[in-house]
Amino acid sequence: MKKLRIEDKLYLVGYNVDHEYSHLGISDPEVCKTCEKKQCTYVCPASVYTWDEKEQKININYDACLECGTCRFACDYITWKYPRGGFGVAYKFG
Amino acid sequence: MRKKDFDVIVVGAGPAGLAAAYVLAKAGVDVIIIERGKFPGAKNVMGGIFYRKPMDDLIPEFYKEAPVERHIIEQRMWFMDDVSHFSMGIRTQKHNSEPYNCFSVLRAQFDKWFSKKVVEAGALLINETVVTEPIVEDGKVVGVRTDRPQGDLYADCVIAADGVQSFLAKSLGLRKKITPDKVALGVKEIISLSEEQVNDRFGVKDVNEGVTIEITGPFLKGMEGMAWIYTNKSSVSIGIGVIIDDLIKHNMNPNDLLESLKSHPSVLPLIEGGETMEYLAHVIPEGGYKSIPKMYTDGFMVAGDAAMLVDSVHREGSNLAVESGKLAARTYLEAKEAGDFSEKTLSRYQDKLEETFVLQDLKYYRNLPELLEEKRYLLTEYPQFLIDAMVEIYTVDGTPKPEKFRKIKDELKNRFGYVGLAKDLYTIWRKLR
Repeated sequence: MKKLRIEDKLYLVGYNVDHEYSHLGISDPEVCKTCEKKQCTYVCPASVYTWDEKEQKININYDACLECGTCRFACDYITWKYPRGGFGVAYKFG
Repeated sequence: MRKKDFDVIVVGAGPAGLAAAYVLAKAGVDVIIIERGKFPGAKNVMGGIFYRKPMDDLIPEFYKEAPVERHIIEQRMWFMDDVSHFSMGIRTQKHNSEPYNCFSVLRAQFDKWFSKKVVEAGALLINETVVTEPIVEDGKVVGVRTDRPQGDLYADCVIAADGVQSFLAKSLGLRKKITPDKVALGVKEIISLSEEQVNDRFGVKDVNEGVTIEITGPFLKGMEGMAWIYTNKSSVSIGIGVIIDDLIKHNMNPNDLLESLKSHPSVLPLIEGGETMEYLAHVIPEGGYKSIPKMYTDGFMVAGDAAMLVDSVHREGSNLAVESGKLAARTYLEAKEAGDFSEKTLSRYQDKLEETFVLQDLKYYRNLPELLEEKRYLLTEYPQFLIDAMVEIYTVDGTPKPEKFRKIKDELKNRFGYVGLAKDLYTIWRKLR
């Protein structure tokens, strides 16, 4: 059986993307520069967070978010809100 | 008189909120249930096993009309390392006749059905609406603010069934900060197979009978977690839940872990050739009894995952959710009778929960999260010993049996020491008293 990457799997998920508002943020992006583990980049099951070496910042691809909230427990600097009503992930099976 | 739009506002249309709203609507209470998803179930994820009893008390024989997948007749427990698994389990015809013990379900479909019953009973359901904060006046919760224009709603009582993130309980200061060692991330896939493939691979005779497999042991490399495979009608739910703190410390990506589970030689034949239909993730509150927040304050009660009501040992959660939602609703009915929604009256909610399996089960396992944190090796080294001993016993290689048993005994002594073994047993016994 072929191994599936997160990108492959996210195609299978239904989303209603909010193009105007990101429900995820980082309260103090300066902290990321000295954060050793950068755990947000690997604990997120949707790979929402990636480290941009050139810009020295975390990029947040919020429209892939599965709304599990793992990042919120994994890092105190991540500001996490629910997407606006009706937006975000919509599972078919659950 | 102060503003009042409804008698009760229920936040969140999962099993806890829906159960609460159902009881209230049936009793003629003016109740609104607010859901942030496009429909109830759109955001809701669990491993996939729903226990009958609390729901059956609410809607007798619900399983005859609800979209359940298969009733479970066999439950297996695997201790697995990288190349072997040691299997235990129970298969019984006692679970193969009505009223059944439990079912596999797909929550997006099940919760949607449940919400229809709640609306039929007379509750008002509003989807696509986020509750942003509680409205507090004179120290009492009197309503909620939503993200809709003019979205303030007022009521006698708010029941927060807003899930593991539980922003309402947090903003009222009812719960302590949830640390990453008290929550697990569960990731799962729905993999399609034909009905016949599921029947054949799991050894059941038709599409109504189902099997569960829970998997733990050294394949988790010392992380605290549990994997599962559940049979649906024409798919399986396969997933793995691991304590978030362990993922962080092991630099582990949850999808990599799920993929390695899927390719394990014990697991692969069960799912081979199937197509992944959906990929899901959700946080599971696994802190147990000691992580339960204060569950009530003036005009406010907390139910389900929001109150951390998950029994991770027996992978039960949705049944605790239904039971707690039901009891919160009944507490409201008593409070209404008395015309008093104060903290003192609503504290009966806690009393009621104490009388049921919900808090009695969680209380029984109250020391377990700490025990496993202290002694992670219990989850790896003992299962590894068990696997190795079984492989030794079942391998016929000319070694006389007495020598094999002596070897196993020596291994036990080498790996744990008799004193260590006695200490571990004593600790487990003491912590579970």
